[in-house]
Amino acid sequence: MSSVPEAKKHRWLTFGLLALGLALLPFLVDAGLGRSWVRLVDLALLYVMLALGLNIVVGYAGLLDLGYVAFYALGAYVYAWLASPHFGLHLPFWTALPLGALLAALFGVLLGAPTLRLRGDYLAIVTLGFGEIIRIFMNNLNAPVNITNGPQGINLIDPVRLGEVSLSQTQTLFGVAFTGAHLTYYLFLLFTLALIFVSMRLEDSRIGRAWVAIREDETAAAAAGIDTRNLKLLAFAMGATFGGLAGGLFASFQGFISPESFNLMESIMILCMIVLGGMGHIPGVIFGAVLLTLLPEALRYTGDWQRSLFGQIYVEPADLRMLLFGLALVAVMLYRPAGLIPSARRRREFADAAE
Amino acid sequence: MSALLTVAGVSKAFGGLQALSDVSLQVNAGEIFGPNGAGKTTLFNALTGLYTVDRGEVRLGGARLDGRKPHQVLKAGLARTFQNIRLFAEMTALENVLVGRHARMRSGVLGAVLRLPATRREEADARARAMALLERVGIAGHARRLAKNLPYGDQRRLEIARALASEPALLALDEPAAGMNPAERAALCELLLQLQREGLTLLLIEHDVKLVMGLCTRLAVLDYGVKIAEGAPQAVSRDPKVIAAYLGDAVL
Repeated sequence: MSSVPEAKKHRWLTFGLLALGLALLPFLVDAGLGRSWVRLVDLALLYVMLALGLNIVVGYAGLLDLGYVAFYALGAYVYAWLASPHFGLHLPFWTALPLGALLAALFGVLLGAPTLRLRGDYLAIVTLGFGEIIRIFMNNLNAPVNITNGPQGINLIDPVRLGEVSLSQTQTLFGVAFTGAHLTYYLFLLFTLALIFVSMRLEDSRIGRAWVAIREDETAAAAAGIDTRNLKLLAFAMGATFGGLAGGLFASFQGFISPESFNLMESIMILCMIVLGGMGHIPGVIFGAVLLTLLPEALRYTGDWQRSLFGQIYVEPADLRMLLFGLALVAVMLYRPAGLIPSARRRREFADAAE
Repeated sequence: MSALLTVAGVSKAFGGLQALSDVSLQVNAGEIFGPNGAGKTTLFNALTGLYTVDRGEVRLGGARLDGRKPHQVLKAGLARTFQNIRLFAEMTALENVLVGRHARMRSGVLGAVLRLPATRREEADARARAMALLERVGIAGHARRLAKNLPYGDQRRLEIARALASEPALLALDEPAAGMNPAERAALCELLLQLQREGLTLLLIEHDVKLVMGLCTRLAVLDYGVKIAEGAPQAVSRDPKVIAAYLGDAVL
């Protein structure tokens, strides 16, 4: 057993290596796998943010939300409204982004207020409905007044400008070239780290304990003095804020949004990320998000492998992806229902349920 | 003796079943009060906000309790335990008691995220109180143990500690001795009497008649939702109406 100073040094070393790895990641990926993979890493970070947000709702408070993508959509559309030629508004990044998050939070409260008295399956159905309603609204609000531009979506969204620096152009610092994708990575990484920080602080606080209590036994929690209604609303609002932030970042990153990006499958995917990764556990959630974003892309290569090995494609990569995904879900549910990297608490919860 | 809890004309029906009919009683400060008979659990749940009364008033120290939600009842000063223990099984004993303190703490999202000095002080204070409560009920050694891993008797004690964390004026116990062996029962009695000596008022529902007679300062007897007696245990047990209700008219 190492002494205390040794253990501390060990921690700092790990932390330092991790920080170095994260700082160099875009360059390593670019060199090893190519530019498109750097953009994929950026996308993965967006999904990490979304997964962290849903983790608060489902993982901490235990509220089954099947329409989480609605908040992602709201954040994205608000950003697009405020920073694109659509309404002719070009508000700066640090104004448009928080406004998107704020509207998403507002809708989180609006959705939650009448529905959070529902439990379990019924809440899931209602939230699923909400997710679809938002998507359908976005798809149809182009007449008589063109608010969302319907199925065509909103194009030419302003790229992020931080002061003088535009994230759409390659910038050179200290003689090193940072492409748009690289710069976006660092921006997204900062936001992701911030959201991780907020999640960790919430988890280990009066609010976090109250959420776990509500999840464990809502009646006992109320009898112990917890205003369950307000705390559930708070979980919803916090999750929605995370989603709205990710939405705004997505809009600025991709430059184009349409209702198609915000469908039910997205909500389910994000839920799968946290269920597979480890519900209620931040490392697990991050792992699940990264895995489910990058793995499907990796599976695309199986098309080429099959051709080089067998001369033809027996299983389409798209089908293979769905097949493996389904198998993975079933396997996890059978052998590790608490997730691949579960929190200690969850592992116990599932172990007891099995007994 | 001043009245702490007053129940005035409370009625509660579940469909065709009139569970409580015009029940009025009074719990005085510093006593251990025991409602008994058919309707006692309904009364208990009505007091703690789980049920809403159809008619009548409930007041704790003058403030109205009826119509309030359970967490508001707790905030007003009435804490309860449950007949089938409802601890937060996957949380430690200490965490359970900390949750009990929730209503007396104030830090919210901002305090949690920023760890402001006020928040840190509040947390430290809450933890100190929680440890002290665990010691008071005699389970300090279990502080870091999961609630579900505690022995049955200690789980009961933990529930009491959690209820005490909110510094209630009145502690309502729903069959606290259920499932206990005689030794545990005796220890529980000692704990409850100690709490009374420290100034707490208790409301106690209990099937064990011996326990009730020995522990309670005053009793009330309900006969299918109608109060038929209220007073000191000896007097109530000799009341002909009570005897008729428990043993049947034919005996007299």
